[in-house]
Amino acid sequence: MKHVDEFRDPEQAQKLLEKISVLAKQVQAGKDRPIHIMEVCGGHTHTIFRYGIKQMLPPEIELVHGPGCPVCVLPMGRVDDCVALAEHPEVILTTFGDAMRVPGSQKSLLQAKAEGADVRMVYSPTDALSIARKHPEKEVVFFALGFETTMPSTALTVLQAEDEGIKNFSLFCNHITIIPTIKAILDSPDLQLDGFLGPGHVSMIIGQHPYLFIADQYKRPLVIAGFEPLDILQSIWMILNQLKEQRHEIENQYGRVVQNEGNHNAQEAIEKVFELREFFEWRGLGSIEHSGVRVREGYARYDAERKFSIPNLKIADPKSCQCGEVLKGTLKPKDCKVFGTTCTPETPLGALMVSTEGACAAYYSYGRMDSFESKKEPTT
Amino acid sequence: MCLGIPGKIVEITSAENKLALVDVGGVKREVNIICIVDEEHPPESCIGEWVLVHVGFAMTRINEEEAKRTLELLQELGEVQEEFQAMKNSAKENL
Amino acid sequence: MNSSNSKSFIPPVTGKSQTITLAHGSGGKAMRDLIDNVIVKSFDNPALALLEDQARFDLKELTSLGDRLAFTTDSYVVDPLFFPGGDIGTLAVNGTINDLAVGGAVPLYLSCGFILEEGLSVETLRQITESMKKEAEKSQVSIVTGDTKVVHRGAADKLFINTSGIGIIPEGVNIAATRAEPGDMVLINGYIGDHGAAILEARGDLALKSSIESDCQPLSKMVQAMLDVCPDIHCLRDATRGGIATVLNEFAQSSNVCIKLNEKEIPLRNEVRGMCEILGLDPLYLANEGKLLAIVPREYVERVKEAMQLLPEGQYSAVIGEVVETPEKRVLLKTNFGGERIVDMMVGDQLPRIC
Repeated sequence: MKHVDEFRDPEQAQKLLEKISVLAKQVQAGKDRPIHIMEVCGGHTHTIFRYGIKQMLPPEIELVHGPGCPVCVLPMGRVDDCVALAEHPEVILTTFGDAMRVPGSQKSLLQAKAEGADVRMVYSPTDALSIARKHPEKEVVFFALGFETTMPSTALTVLQAEDEGIKNFSLFCNHITIIPTIKAILDSPDLQLDGFLGPGHVSMIIGQHPYLFIADQYKRPLVIAGFEPLDILQSIWMILNQLKEQRHEIENQYGRVVQNEGNHNAQEAIEKVFELREFFEWRGLGSIEHSGVRVREGYARYDAERKFSIPNLKIADPKSCQCGEVLKGTLKPKDCKVFGTTCTPETPLGALMVSTEGACAAYYSYGRMDSFESKKEPTT
Repeated sequence: MCLGIPGKIVEITSAENKLALVDVGGVKREVNIICIVDEEHPPESCIGEWVLVHVGFAMTRINEEEAKRTLELLQELGEVQEEFQAMKNSAKENL
Repeated sequence: MNSSNSKSFIPPVTGKSQTITLAHGSGGKAMRDLIDNVIVKSFDNPALALLEDQARFDLKELTSLGDRLAFTTDSYVVDPLFFPGGDIGTLAVNGTINDLAVGGAVPLYLSCGFILEEGLSVETLRQITESMKKEAEKSQVSIVTGDTKVVHRGAADKLFINTSGIGIIPEGVNIAATRAEPGDMVLINGYIGDHGAAILEARGDLALKSSIESDCQPLSKMVQAMLDVCPDIHCLRDATRGGIATVLNEFAQSSNVCIKLNEKEIPLRNEVRGMCEILGLDPLYLANEGKLLAIVPREYVERVKEAMQLLPEGQYSAVIGEVVETPEKRVLLKTNFGGERIVDMMVGDQLPRIC
């Protein structure tokens, strides 16, 4: 597959890893801890685990997994709200696949479906709009999730609904923004991060400019990275280079997709349909200012929160849940008290175990290599 | 929500509604191309172009030049390392 | 049981526009009609034509073929009923044949129980019974007994089928999930994930178009060919729901060994790969309906692979991994990229992700 296979070349990987090894030793020399690099985006977490990148890196580098999984940071109260919407008899609730299993305080959407709610999985918000066209007697609510990557698709679908005069379509909007998230991480006192792998597809929309404060104020390098394993290795190398030269800049490794200014059409659509919420609740991280968006007044007829009354309750995470610390990168999944015991992909206590990008689920499914006590066989 | 995959536009299914058929490894899906069209790039001009597909939308064109540059950089990195290794090996031999 | 002179007030099931009603399940003339004109007519074999309450077999004949009876059952509830590469009928016959085959048994006879939803078209049922007959013939298996029930609209999803099957295991064949040993090699008979991908596409809600077809096919002939060159196959299982990842984990756990896979060697069609990339799915967990995994002693693996490759159902066979001692009960994958990761048991259904 073009634009994919070239960036998965194992020989290139080996050569790059040797370089990374040399550079990492130079950068880390004399310090009392490994170099901490955080990836913010769930897609990066998935690639890192799926290709076994962690084990390939030298011990001088430690990858810290950030809160970049929109499914994982959904507060239980919002899941309950969504379930309540689904349980309205006249509603068809449409959602992306990975959101179906997130547990609310009583049940997940999948469980609500088993109990009779009309919950349907879609690949695109435009598929949800198709369902609305086919079922004028029902209200089709789309569970809108994701960072800035997915916002334009949702916004464009609303604009299309407006164009066609479709009245039975609305969003339950849980879109979140990346910048306040990164800022909250940087402001966290117990965190020692040396650099960031920047979210490639969010950057495709917002461009490079919004990240400048990370370099200017917080003096950390950020490299916008693609999602293939070579992209990640190359981005790590670029961060190490910056650290060695004591630079802190925003660089773009993903030039084939990310332009400096971002995507104009997409930004315009977002601006038209959405506005920032004053604050938004994040599971495990608490309330973050200006970190979520809602549907503007002008598009109120497409806002499920206005069309329906929802419980809107704040539900605390279970006491044993340490998702917050893992999300911030201060705790490793395997060090969480309930990891692998009460909290497993089958019986998730916290959201990080639900989506395959959640650090805990990814580690559980792909990464427990370091838990093997016996010596690994030499790879052929 | 970042899963984006490169695909090639093979057909315009509706220029008016800005819909096109994209091919990802042989699997085809209709996508919305509104993000990549404007006066300079009408729908028909998109045929044969590589785009990044995300939840049913072609979000952006893949810049072939940039892609080549990235791959060249990667290769250079590898070559420098090979030279370095070769130097190390010959230094060892000369000891 | 002469159907030609039945004059019930429900017209005989010959017309294309007919639908199944509750009367067809009530045990009366309508039901007799349905059985005669559709089911028995399709399956068409001497044992079934007798229409006794049970099929009967000569034990001496059976024991001449081997020393153990294999007996299995499976129910089929797939939606949609028809998909590229097959239908619920082909699944029902081949699935049960394969469950027998992977025990080393020669499949002989099947039973077939239908649960029909009121409103199902008779033509649909006929197409499915014809499918089943064709598949049974391919494997020289007869459908010798069965049952038909009709339930209210909504109480079943169009059509459910249960097939049970018996076969005979020849002497000396001893296949079990507990028998994998360090040093053994892992074989598969072709491309993974075709069936799962075909069903996803056929369901329609993801609006994907491809030429992927289900790999539904019988494996009994191939298994016998494998046993001919290697009578001591250690483990054999067909990979259905949950994909090859599930079967390999079952082997690793039952045998208390580690199975190491080489991603480069696992056959995967470009289109199935494309679908997985778009949806964020892992092909190791996609369903198959014509694939088996075999664990054989190292010194036999090339011969077994060659024997498999001589048959159409095995032409893309490949050695995809090996068995080692540790870490026990684990399946590991060396990725195309060079790194290593674990392949865990699947949790729930794989759901397309957008992250």
